[in-house]
Amino acid sequence: MNFSEVFKQSNHLCKVSPDGKYLATCVQYRLVVRDLSTLQILQLYTCLDQVSHMEWSSDSLFILCAMYKRGLVQVWSLEQPDWHCKIDEGSIGLVSSRWSPDGRHILNTTEFHLRITVWSLCTKAVSYIKYPKACQKGIDFSRDGCYMALAERRDCKDYVSIFVCDDWHLLRHFETETQDLAGLEWSPNGCVLAVWDSCLEYKVLLYSLDGRLLSTYCAYEWSLGVKSVSWSPSSQFLAIGSYDEKVRILNNITWKKIVQFEHPATIDNTKAIVYKEVDRRPAVVSDELSLHNITMGSTLFSTQSKYEICPLPVQIPVVKPEPDRANPKIGVSVLAFSSDSRYLATKNDNMATAVWVWDMQKMSLDTVLEHTSAVRCVMWDPRRPRLALCTGNSKLYLWSPGGCVSVQVPAEGSFQVQSLKWHCSGDSVILLGKDQLCLCYMDTDYEEK
Amino acid sequence: IDRPILEGPDISSISHVTLSPSRHNHVPGYSLPLSRSSYSVISAFCTEDNVPQSISYLNQELAVLGLSMCIEASSAEGASLKAVPVLNTMYELLQINKRNMCALEEMEKEQLKKLSTLEHIQISNSRLKDQLELSMREKSGLHETERQLQLKIKTLQSCLKTEKEEVQKLQSIIASRASQYSHDAKRKEREAAKLKERLSQLLVDRKERKLAIDVLNSLGRSDGKRSMWKTAKLSASHESEMYKTLLGDYETSRKALILENAELKKVLQQMKKEMMHILAPRQQSTSGATAADDSQEQVESDEEKAGNTSREAFDHSCELAREQLLNSIRQQWRKLRNHVEKLDQVSQVHNQMESNKETIPLETHEDEMERMRQEVQQCREFIHAQQQLLQQQLNTSFDDETAALLNDCYTLEEKERLKEEWKLFEEQKKNFEKERKNFTEAAIRLGREKMSFEEDRAAWLKNHFLNATPFANRRRYSSSDGQSALSVRSEPEVRMSSAKAKRSKSPTYTTFSTPKPSRSSPVPSTTELYRTLRLLPDGSCSKHSNRGRWLETSTVEEGHPQIKSNLQARAGEMSIFTFGEDHSVT
Repeated sequence: MNFSEVFKQSNHLCKVSPDGKYLATCVQYRLVVRDLSTLQILQLYTCLDQVSHMEWSSDSLFILCAMYKRGLVQVWSLEQPDWHCKIDEGSIGLVSSRWSPDGRHILNTTEFHLRITVWSLCTKAVSYIKYPKACQKGIDFSRDGCYMALAERRDCKDYVSIFVCDDWHLLRHFETETQDLAGLEWSPNGCVLAVWDSCLEYKVLLYSLDGRLLSTYCAYEWSLGVKSVSWSPSSQFLAIGSYDEKVRILNNITWKKIVQFEHPATIDNTKAIVYKEVDRRPAVVSDELSLHNITMGSTLFSTQSKYEICPLPVQIPVVKPEPDRANPKIGVSVLAFSSDSRYLATKNDNMATAVWVWDMQKMSLDTVLEHTSAVRCVMWDPRRPRLALCTGNSKLYLWSPGGCVSVQVPAEGSFQVQSLKWHCSGDSVILLGKDQLCLCYMDTDYEEK
Repeated sequence: IDRPILEGPDISSISHVTLSPSRHNHVPGYSLPLSRSSYSVISAFCTEDNVPQSISYLNQELAVLGLSMCIEASSAEGASLKAVPVLNTMYELLQINKRNMCALEEMEKEQLKKLSTLEHIQISNSRLKDQLELSMREKSGLHETERQLQLKIKTLQSCLKTEKEEVQKLQSIIASRASQYSHDAKRKEREAAKLKERLSQLLVDRKERKLAIDVLNSLGRSDGKRSMWKTAKLSASHESEMYKTLLGDYETSRKALILENAELKKVLQQMKKEMMHILAPRQQSTSGATAADDSQEQVESDEEKAGNTSREAFDHSCELAREQLLNSIRQQWRKLRNHVEKLDQVSQVHNQMESNKETIPLETHEDEMERMRQEVQQCREFIHAQQQLLQQQLNTSFDDETAALLNDCYTLEEKERLKEEWKLFEEQKKNFEKERKNFTEAAIRLGREKMSFEEDRAAWLKNHFLNATPFANRRRYSSSDGQSALSVRSEPEVRMSSAKAKRSKSPTYTTFSTPKPSRSSPVPSTTELYRTLRLLPDGSCSKHSNRGRWLETSTVEEGHPQIKSNLQARAGEMSIFTFGEDHSVT
């Protein structure tokens, strides 16, 4: 495992191009594009203001930089550095900007969700979509990029519009049976749209592409409901995490619950392994450098840690949420399927230090990773069943079915990993600190073993 | 005629109790004979003067008692009575008295019994009372607790009610709040929508900063095609595209399902085959293959064939094949289930049999035990024999040392045992010796006493003989009597006296039995005998004392063989004593 040197970045704006060749980072108002293999700067673009959002187009040819405060979007071309494009949303303001899947259109959501402006880079044409709903996830493109589902609110009712992304033709428009729609997500095969209600009501609706209601699922009533929803990459399962600290898995044939994963404070499931992160003083470390830790240049003033297998039963620390605060810190907020749909990683917000890995074949708890501090980010390797996570300290944590390891980032000064992103090949991870970034290259040979 | 008079002093001499006629009413049984006995007493019932009155009174009383006999005076003066009726009445009265006594005794017994039962009942009664009290107390305690619990229940119920009310209130509040909230939310949303509308209008109207796109060159489409005009045709094509994707999805899912189905079918077939395989030989072996079963099997095999053929023609008639497959599987399954049930039953029966086997044959068990015991015995014998053989072999074949050692081992044991026995024997012997010593001593003492007594007697006799006394004749007589008693005393008399001596131990008996000897032999009168036996101070006649001694000696001298025989006859344990005595005497 190797680490690159540290680069500057701001606002965690750092993205690898979809083809995996380039790395774009924003430093204040500058956009830097590097070759990932050499980390040489290929291009340097200067934006009009500090960039709030940056995004690669799907063909890895263009980069979008949005400056929300100014209501401006600038697009840069990698092939033609001289080419430029500037979109001004005017005084209406801008809260969100994104590429359409074809990489030739930009969708800008205006302040107050008044409308969505669709700009075409081909024809300079502009079109509006009115009444978009301001919600958790009001817009989703199907994986193949053909269709866009958009949540709308008209006349105090929720609607879903399905557009053909090719020419923004409105394919379907239908009312949903929700009180207050909170989000929608296409199944990976693009045929089923999952729609869920706001946390006040547990309701998940499944619509076909042609707008037919396939099924409705409601686990319970009179309590805070759905917190997160995630499709398995195979479209076979729909995982629903809710405020009752449970994950329910629906199947794709009957849309009924197959299994329910609970997150108990005491783990006594003998089939599960519990890894607990244990701090170690640096003094002890020198002779106990494990195989994985060997590459670490032992930085002097940082504590080392390692995972230890805990004998069952294990008590997971639980933080009681404040009841009179909005968005209570309880319930399953993170749901992530591994790329092969074999594992599901979850995080329960009132047990923020633990990540739970469930085996979807055995439909049971596989592993629990308990850390010394709250988990910030959990990401699956896009190619292998390998989980990377960080807890806001200088360590990177990796889990795979074979075991797990914590790796000290050998950066000078304090480099605290607050977020991370996998390279699409799964060969490297980009670690994002507060205003720095670092690449971590996986030992591919070792992993192939 | 004189008998009552004769009896009078006899009875009075024994009973010193005089009963007044006043008691007569209470205890007629007693008073009747006693009243006559109080003949000489002044305050008697009957005096010389009132004989007829008393007779009439007695007659009345007898009539009252239900006795038809009446006492008649033999003469007009009534000085004497006719003996026969009086005796009869007496007898009757005695009988009555006896009966009454018996009854009384029984009644007393009864009373005693009753008393004891009464006591018992009283005790149990008191105990029960205690229990009752206790249970009453318990009951009251329970009542109290029940009351308290009921009170608690009541309070809890009231609490529950209030809680329920609270809940209802809260629910209604929630509902109202919810409705209010939704209403407000809607209102606000409408307002917001209006505001948004207005804002967008304003923004559109205000043209100071237009939305604009500034592109250097327009880009080509990512797919390289040119954009098309929005036409109905295009929308239709979109529709068809959508349906195509949907169809594709369904197609893939269908394919997956078909694949799954096929796999499941395979599994089913496999299962079926295995079931057939399992079922077929068993049923043959169990010979439970009745005609019906056979026919069923036949049908099934036919169906299976059909299923097979149809499976081959799966594409043509999917449903038919499925149905047949399902049917056959179902039948097979039923069969298997039946079989399993049968097996279960069989196993149950087996279990029962086994349990029966375990429970029933207590006799066989015992037999087995007996057999095993015998075996053990045999084994022991065998071992013993082997041991012996070994020993012999050792004795013969082994060298002297080991043989001696082994011999020592065995003989040591034997010796020890013998020693113990010897010790026991010695102890017994010692005891025996002690006893013997005692007895010899006793015998010697007896002999000495006898000798001294003999000497005494000789001296005494000599004295009597030589001394001239005023009662010479008498002395001579007595001496002759003593002589005769000493030498030619008839056996029966001696025995009688010995019996008397023996019987003197129970004075009551003697009093009753006195009349018999007095009648047969008038020589020793009862009073005299009484005196002699009780050793009453009688200084007047030395002859009596002499006789008493005589009697004693005679019992000692000549009674002893009799005693000996008696004792011998009685018990074996006394044989030692007799032996000792015998020994001492001889």
